Amino acid sequence: MNRRHILALAVGSALLAVGCTGTGGTSKGAAAEAPDDPAKVTGTIKVLTVRTDLVQDGTMDEYAAEFNKIYPKVKVKFEALTNYEAEVKIRMNTENYGDVLMIPGVIKKSDYPKFFASLGTVAERGEKYRFTDYTAVDGKVYGQTADGVMPGFLYNKRVWQEAGVTDWPTTPDEFLADLKAIKSRTDAIPYYTNFAAGWPLTSWTFVNGTVHCDPRATTKIAEGNPWAAGADLRVGDTLLYDIVHEGLAEKDPTTSNWEASKGQLAKGQIATQWLGTWAIIQFRDAAKKAGADPDDIGFMPFPAQTGGTFCATVGPDYNQAVNVHSKHKAAARAWLDWFTEKSGYADDNLAISPLKDAPMPTVLKPYEEQGVKLIELDDSKGAEVKAIDTESEVGINTPDYRQELVDLARGAKKGSLDDYLKSLGQKWTETQKNMGS
Amino acid sequence: MTDTTARLSVTKEPVRNTPAPAPAPRRARVRRHLTPWIFLIAPLALLITFTYAPIVNMIAYSFTDWDGVSPELHYTGVENYTELFTRSELFEVFFVSGYYLVASAIQIVAALYFATILSFDVRFRNFFKGVLFFPYLINGVAIGFVFLYFFQDGGTLDSVLALFGYHSDHAWLGTPFSANSSLAAVSIWRYLGLNFVLFLGAIQSIPGELYEAAELDGANRWQQFRHIIAPGIRPVLTLTVILSVSGSLSAFEIPYIMTGGATGTETFVIQTVKLAFQFNKTGLASAAALVLLLIILLVTWLQRRLVPDDKVDLV
Repeated sequence: MNRRHILALAVGSALLAVGCTGTGGTSKGAAAEAPDDPAKVTGTIKVLTVRTDLVQDGTMDEYAAEFNKIYPKVKVKFEALTNYEAEVKIRMNTENYGDVLMIPGVIKKSDYPKFFASLGTVAERGEKYRFTDYTAVDGKVYGQTADGVMPGFLYNKRVWQEAGVTDWPTTPDEFLADLKAIKSRTDAIPYYTNFAAGWPLTSWTFVNGTVHCDPRATTKIAEGNPWAAGADLRVGDTLLYDIVHEGLAEKDPTTSNWEASKGQLAKGQIATQWLGTWAIIQFRDAAKKAGADPDDIGFMPFPAQTGGTFCATVGPDYNQAVNVHSKHKAAARAWLDWFTEKSGYADDNLAISPLKDAPMPTVLKPYEEQGVKLIELDDSKGAEVKAIDTESEVGINTPDYRQELVDLARGAKKGSLDDYLKSLGQKWTETQKNMGS
Repeated sequence: MTDTTARLSVTKEPVRNTPAPAPAPRRARVRRHLTPWIFLIAPLALLITFTYAPIVNMIAYSFTDWDGVSPELHYTGVENYTELFTRSELFEVFFVSGYYLVASAIQIVAALYFATILSFDVRFRNFFKGVLFFPYLINGVAIGFVFLYFFQDGGTLDSVLALFGYHSDHAWLGTPFSANSSLAAVSIWRYLGLNFVLFLGAIQSIPGELYEAAELDGANRWQQFRHIIAPGIRPVLTLTVILSVSGSLSAFEIPYIMTGGATGTETFVIQTVKLAFQFNKTGLASAAALVLLLIILLVTWLQRRLVPDDKVDLV
């Protein structure tokens, strides 16, 4: 074959390839109805999950056994993926991506009807469940989370007490002063960034909404500059910068170790980390393994008050959905509903129940005592925020921008915080304009 | 692959034809022409499926705005390429390749040194050959993780230095210079074995009499290297330099696993992967990947032009 032939072949197949990509839209708009009679539901369904730990230690199989007591003819298989987002994304170019799966972040909200079966209307589901608008497209809901999460600081109560701090700090400055006290009075690392793992840094985006107690914070980001003076993300990022800049974080962030950090916090070698309620159970387990007291693990809100009270946002963890191409939609829907309502998954994970009438988990008792106000963010502009974020390559949900922020703060990168946040804001607002036009 | 098979069938033909000068029957002739292709089916199928089809796909994606998963994609013409070339910051990451280029130079010199020494009669030489080649056999991901512990604060490197009385308080991956140098050092460690084996093979193909003759003439080791080994392995040396340069431009595994591109260690490939999988710009990332491919082809072509591949004639 000479060169010209190869080129012709290449161009020809290129055109073909473009035509063939994608899953097509034949099943678009299908619904997964909840089955009426449990005894009649049959089929083998595959559930994709990120919880590798629960699949390995058999907990998921125990859930499945419980489920089979009501739905005897459904066989549930699990597949746990370590690198969930990347693997599922590639699989979703075919029709075989399990029967029940968690909605990956990459899927555009407007594409949900092409990939997932609808679970019902916003009106009917909204009565019973929280967070319905996170997966709603044109009035229909496509996903359901099994546990709600809340961002916050995990801290070692004993270390904070040793440093002489008894009350939660109410302003970023107070928080910094407390970390300084920890540094001077104890041996603990006041704050651990988990820079190397990267993703723990992305939790700082969930500061959004807590600073000014504003349920419409996401809309504000979609329509304005997230790093304007006094804006939520600016307050959060400035705090992170100050923590690192004042030497209150680990000495060498670039080789930090996420798995090890859990035990270190439990034992009191690390005082604080900004994560979320989902982490509490993991840190408690780490405490048990390390021979420390699990009750030392505390949880506190972002140091900001509105009208004298703290605020905390509650949001969904991964949303489960039914594959629109699934051959056993009824069985898949049955599992999804059962897992959300009856499995006790949220309780087992000390998480907030997705059911509206369920009580708060016991770990959040201090929140009730302190009168922390819980708010749910309005996510109607969530898709737009995501679009601006990827288009501008700012990456509020990727580690890179906060890694750069930490590098700036510790002097590994030249520049000032103001200039950096200003350039982020410029990229963001310019993209906003371009997308609007 | 095609070349050798074609040559084989050509050399066979006269042999078969000698006893019967009359042309073979038509069916036999067809079969003879088909035979090499039957043997080629498997390798060609694999080559096309796993090498050319993905490249063709990638070229196709580079003209679209595909996000990697959505069933909808739009043809956008050369928009991705225009964006790529108007955003100079996307090419700034090539500075990082400089560290790997310097590392390649060190690596080639070291490999050449070890290969020369171990091609002479040295005690335990097979053992040392094994030691030098071993790192190349380890999976790159494992190497990344091992060296993360190695460079950790109070990790292997620090404790070894402490044994010698040097108590460093240095964050090895802490600043762009130090991090890139450390990562480049890891890649020397990893790829030294490959270069070493290539050189060793080339050196050993040089006929032994040449050394004997040289020794009789009173040439020392350096003179032997300068006048026998160096010219004798020139083709392999050129090949290694080309591989090293293209390898430096496309460095990925080690920095991606160890730092994820943080602290100024982002290479062009890491940036491409981030465009594709973090920002879901598969179209733009495909264009970037294609541009990298073209750059590497260009550099290779330039090198072949500057250092033509002459026939070696030692005798």
